[in-house]
Amino acid sequence: MNERIKEKLEILSDAAKYDVSCSSSGSKRKNTKDGMGNSTGMGICHTYTQDGRCVSLLKILLTNYCIFDCAYCVSRKSNDVKRAAFTVKEVVDLTMNFYQRNYIEGLFLSSGIFQNPDYTMERLVRIAKELRTVHKFNGYIHLKTIPGASEELMEEAGLYADRLSVNIEMPSELSLKKVAPEKDFKSVLEPMSFIKEKITANKSERKKSKKAPMFSPGGQSTQLVIGASPEKDLEVLTLADDLYKQKSLKRVYYSGYIPISEDNRLPVIHQPPLIRENRLYQADWLMRFYGFALNEIVDEKHPDLDLTLDPKAAYALRNPAIFPIDINKADYEMILRVPGIGVKSAKKIISARKFGALREGHLRKLGLAWKRAKYFITCADKDFKFLGWKPEVIRQQISSSILTKAANSNQLSLFA
Amino acid sequence: MTLTYDGTYKGLFSAIFESYRLGIKVAKITPITDYQENLFAEPLHVATNLAWAKRIKQCIHKKGGNAANRLLYRSFLSEQNDIELLIFHFIQTAIKTQHDITNNFRDEKILELHKINKKIGREVHRMHAFVRFQKTKDNIFTALIDPDFNVLPLIGDHFEKRYPAMQWLIYDTRRHYGIFYDQKKIDFITFEEKAHHQLRQLSKNILTADESDYQTLWKSYFISVNIPERNNKKLHLQHVPKRYWKYLTEK
Repeated sequence: MNERIKEKLEILSDAAKYDVSCSSSGSKRKNTKDGMGNSTGMGICHTYTQDGRCVSLLKILLTNYCIFDCAYCVSRKSNDVKRAAFTVKEVVDLTMNFYQRNYIEGLFLSSGIFQNPDYTMERLVRIAKELRTVHKFNGYIHLKTIPGASEELMEEAGLYADRLSVNIEMPSELSLKKVAPEKDFKSVLEPMSFIKEKITANKSERKKSKKAPMFSPGGQSTQLVIGASPEKDLEVLTLADDLYKQKSLKRVYYSGYIPISEDNRLPVIHQPPLIRENRLYQADWLMRFYGFALNEIVDEKHPDLDLTLDPKAAYALRNPAIFPIDINKADYEMILRVPGIGVKSAKKIISARKFGALREGHLRKLGLAWKRAKYFITCADKDFKFLGWKPEVIRQQISSSILTKAANSNQLSLFA
Repeated sequence: MTLTYDGTYKGLFSAIFESYRLGIKVAKITPITDYQENLFAEPLHVATNLAWAKRIKQCIHKKGGNAANRLLYRSFLSEQNDIELLIFHFIQTAIKTQHDITNNFRDEKILELHKINKKIGREVHRMHAFVRFQKTKDNIFTALIDPDFNVLPLIGDHFEKRYPAMQWLIYDTRRHYGIFYDQKKIDFITFEEKAHHQLRQLSKNILTADESDYQTLWKSYFISVNIPERNNKKLHLQHVPKRYWKYLTEK
């Protein structure tokens, strides 16, 4: 075997792994009779790393040579690491062969910046184009847009990619400038706006004619590192909320800072802030799928998410007047607000109660987290024993079990 | 009374139809191959009758549409003990009730069917994810699987859409049958008895020269995307349970 390819793959996948996005969902692309691959809108994780993250795409950099010197990035030019670069043909060959064997859903391609942004972006686009046109590849392609690349190239990228992304990297412009001297928010937000406009225009075009070519049908996403700068969760989530509302992003990814460098522009930490990262994702879900407004999750008085409690439970304990809610009467929207009840169990409740009033026995079997939900609901049993409980007491009950869980997975040191 | 049938889905429906036709009380329905002699009761064997099976299917459709038929068929593939009685319960209840009972999660047995169906769905999804093809010299992409449930009939469609221009074969080593796609259609196939034992692993001799190269590349990719600082073995095992490891290239 070509040992050089193996070495390149090791270097360039190792360098790409800090980009946490690995989603292959949100895009529908039909296959052709003589083609290879499809996307159904539902992603598939083909395997999981030892750290439990989904492996859905072949996630690599085209090269880790870079003219930038961003402190948070392993590939920054001042870092002393092995460098490598794939050829277009090598990436195409790996993608096709991995895909045929059902290892992956597609390709996630990013790159360090060599020579200049356009030179780099042009090669990323060429790979996607060759996969789509020469090899009739209809699997998933996620392309990173290189900061500073021309609009023409971004536009071409959108014709071949299922999703485009521009990383905002840091939760505030001040922090970004501190760690990435060559970058500012403008250089990120402008391409985002450009992509958003293209996507919106494309959607209305495709409504008129199904034959119009798709433009980044899986939308766009971004990533930011948390725990490497002083911003509170309020700032992080406000930024995310703006990005969802103003730039119509599909996803904002939060990446707990992993001390990959000894760069003195970054703090020294011993463990990545995994629990905080998890809480941010929970809060993000509440905003996108549970109808929560930003200020119901964090506000000036509570600028940080509670590490010992999930954000929905924290909301419920801050708003005792809303609870308990009657499972047999409340609307779907209210049921969704009960800690321990997710989208699926809320829907089950709505359809089950049409057949008769629900009792505790029914609810326990439906798959909701009774241990948490029981403090916030009433059902046909007319059991009010938790009714007078003070929020502090409930808090103790429901957070203790979470703390124990965290202790078991060796994360207790974070609270110390 | 105990009814036996030939182990097929249509056979089960035929048995259920027969129980209505004869107006008998059913205590157990079981595949004839699983039937264990019982001193006190003589079982009644019902041969598959396509017309009867169709009438049951139409009756379910009338009451609960495609969703109900899908729920029952998928649950049947779980091969779970006494799944026949849960399906029978569903059909009895559907016949007795005016409105659609498919989503009556208050009914314990119907909820149980939904839970089984969820497990089936998870297993189908796992097969979409965990099938690993190896390229043979005669250009057939071949995968061995050993799923918890009999999900092979449910996964062909996905792979046909994905790989229409390839020849591929997915073989269930526990249930000794496979689906083979020849770029036109899917056929169910079975290897000869002798070949079964050699099927734990595909022999290197039948694979293309570069097959092991791509396997090596995939393994090294799997190792280098890991972030050791985030290690979480418990989560890893939850997503990739050990029983699936034997056919995963990267494991």
